[in-house]
Amino acid sequence: MNRTLKILAAEDHVDDGDPKVLQLANDADPLAIENCLQDVERIDLVFPKFTDGRAYSQAFLLRRRLGFTGDIRATGDVLIDQLVQMQRTGFSSAVLKEGVDASAAQRQFDRFAAFYQGDAQQPEPLFARD
Amino acid sequence: MYQYTDFDRQFVRLRAAQFRDQLERWQAGKLPEDEFRPLRLQNGWYVQRYAPMLRVAVPYGELSSRQLRVLAKIAREYDEPEAEVYKNAIETQGKLGSHKLPTHYAHFTTRQNVQYNWIPLARSADVMDLLASVDMHGIQTSGNCIRNITSDERAGVAVDEVVDPRPYAEIMRQWSTLHPEFAFLPRKFKIAITGAAEDRAATGWHDVGLKLLKHETGDASQNIAPGDVGFRVQVGGGMGRTPIVGTVLREFLPWQQIMNYLEAVIRVYNRYGRRDNIYKARIKILVKAEGQRYIDDVEAEYKQILEHDGAPHTITQAEFDRVAASFVPPALAQRVYQSAEATDAALREQAADDVQFARWLQRNVAPHKNPALRAVTLSFKRLGQAPGDANADQLDTVAALADRFSAGEVRVTHDQNVLLPWVHAEDLHALWLAARAAGFASANVHLLTDMIACPGGDFCALANARSIPVAEAITERYQDLDELDDLGEIDLHISGCINSCGHHHSGHIGILGVDKDGKEWYQVTLAGSDGSDLSGPAQAGKVVGPSFSAAEVPDVIEAVLNTYRDTRNAGETFIDTLRRVGHDPFKAAANGARFKAEEAAA
Repeated sequence: MNRTLKILAAEDHVDDGDPKVLQLANDADPLAIENCLQDVERIDLVFPKFTDGRAYSQAFLLRRRLGFTGDIRATGDVLIDQLVQMQRTGFSSAVLKEGVDASAAQRQFDRFAAFYQGDAQQPEPLFARD
Repeated sequence: MYQYTDFDRQFVRLRAAQFRDQLERWQAGKLPEDEFRPLRLQNGWYVQRYAPMLRVAVPYGELSSRQLRVLAKIAREYDEPEAEVYKNAIETQGKLGSHKLPTHYAHFTTRQNVQYNWIPLARSADVMDLLASVDMHGIQTSGNCIRNITSDERAGVAVDEVVDPRPYAEIMRQWSTLHPEFAFLPRKFKIAITGAAEDRAATGWHDVGLKLLKHETGDASQNIAPGDVGFRVQVGGGMGRTPIVGTVLREFLPWQQIMNYLEAVIRVYNRYGRRDNIYKARIKILVKAEGQRYIDDVEAEYKQILEHDGAPHTITQAEFDRVAASFVPPALAQRVYQSAEATDAALREQAADDVQFARWLQRNVAPHKNPALRAVTLSFKRLGQAPGDANADQLDTVAALADRFSAGEVRVTHDQNVLLPWVHAEDLHALWLAARAAGFASANVHLLTDMIACPGGDFCALANARSIPVAEAITERYQDLDELDDLGEIDLHISGCINSCGHHHSGHIGILGVDKDGKEWYQVTLAGSDGSDLSGPAQAGKVVGPSFSAAEVPDVIEAVLNTYRDTRNAGETFIDTLRRVGHDPFKAAANGARFKAEEAAA
């Protein structure tokens, strides 16, 4: 699949309290912030552990349900093998965990051309596509 | 059986390639063990007590002979531990009293999958390539994701079937495969689906239990016509530490909507399921704790998926038809050589000639939608091998039997046997002879010795106690077929730990391995049910008392069974007697079989 996810090293990620950037806690309800999204350009969703999958649902709801078009960024325990899932659920950027070697990332995107189910980028499941 | 498309075939090959990439990064030290573990788990690779374990997905239990032959090849050529690993295993298990640890074999599981116990991780990627060569994989057979979907072993052939569940199971398999949002749920997630009057898939015990049915009256307000197909949706069942039977969320959900609805069920779980305590992380705890609030959330989310998102995963008629076309009866099923009357007469004669054949007909042969055919169970419950174990040669033999008698197709059953779904009635005697020669013809289906047992403390890293020696001791004690027949249908389920892979909660008699002061003990429960007609509505068994030593267990089982014989009415099954009489006499008998302290010490 075509990689649209921007992969950032830890030092490229700026977190300086910019009011246009929203940090959404892992257990927060993304639907509750619908009214605060007007001036928001970026929402950071954190993975406290890479095995904690709540942020995938948060990202999906922000994109699909709220129609948020700004940057949705994955932070925290972000590893190579979750990047494709992140892009598919609506993330547009991801900050690799300190020490993770980015060289293995691109081939993960190159591998699968398509998936069975629809997602945030491609709403239709395989069987319903033209 | 489902026929893979080019896309499907390519997909499992790419998955195997992805796994090789991950394995190589781990081997090169670029992927730390903690980060590799969840990835290998989602491909079926555990690391167990002594060696890695591979769980191969068998979607809804269906296997072809071609796949069986590859499973046999993997057993023969790959299920071999390194010498040092095996030496260590034999020495350590020897101290517990286990002296044989088979290698070069596969194991049929209660979730209709196939496991191997000895394949070195260094060879794991080669095995995934081999599996992919016959449209197989280990995708999501472990990990906190949507697991392999199980079904009725007699799907598509059962006489009490209302709707064949297999096309739906396959469509859901594809939908759940590498679902990006649901790969790291709070805990594992198991779906079972049936379309028959009788529940042979233990649906009440699953995170999601689905029952296909046809709407009787129709409902104009919902746009449902009489006879329309839909699902009864049960959510939040599960065994483990807290056994709970699922709650019905929908009595009738139109079939087209099942994936849209499951998306809501699982999304709410992914967001609110507990992640702080592994024992409270299954969806059953969320459903129990939140009750109606959980249901309301699911319904609200479902409404959003339909109305806001446009119900993207609605199953189209075209897609259903495409998949269903794979599940037409095989060509062999159309063959008829002689009349039904002639076949019946021949079978009666053969049965009169040989009481063993008569018993096998009665026990191991089930009726079929096609009156000329039968569904036949090959028993993997016999002395000398653990329940559900099959070595490489036996797997090849099953493949040969499938080709000769069952259109090249078999089903793995949830009680760890193999079923041939397309057997001509007139071939039954020939099949019996062949099955007997192969050692698969124990006429014990649904009887005491047709027990379920997990691999337990001989292999599994989670187990608190061994299961196989207990199963073996009971099997040895009950070898007399007359006695077994007299005891009738009994579900005996053995788990080596509270994770309940051996489904002890749902056994009429359940045995659970527990660890006390580093020693193996066994808790015995009574009157559990998997939801089958014989067992009644799904429910967890009740503990009879303090746990027993391994040596006591066979005596305890015997005491319980003797109580049944003493108290039953004519023709009454064990479970019915237990329910009528109540637990007390059975409990008293079980506890009375406890060794006196001095005997136990001797």
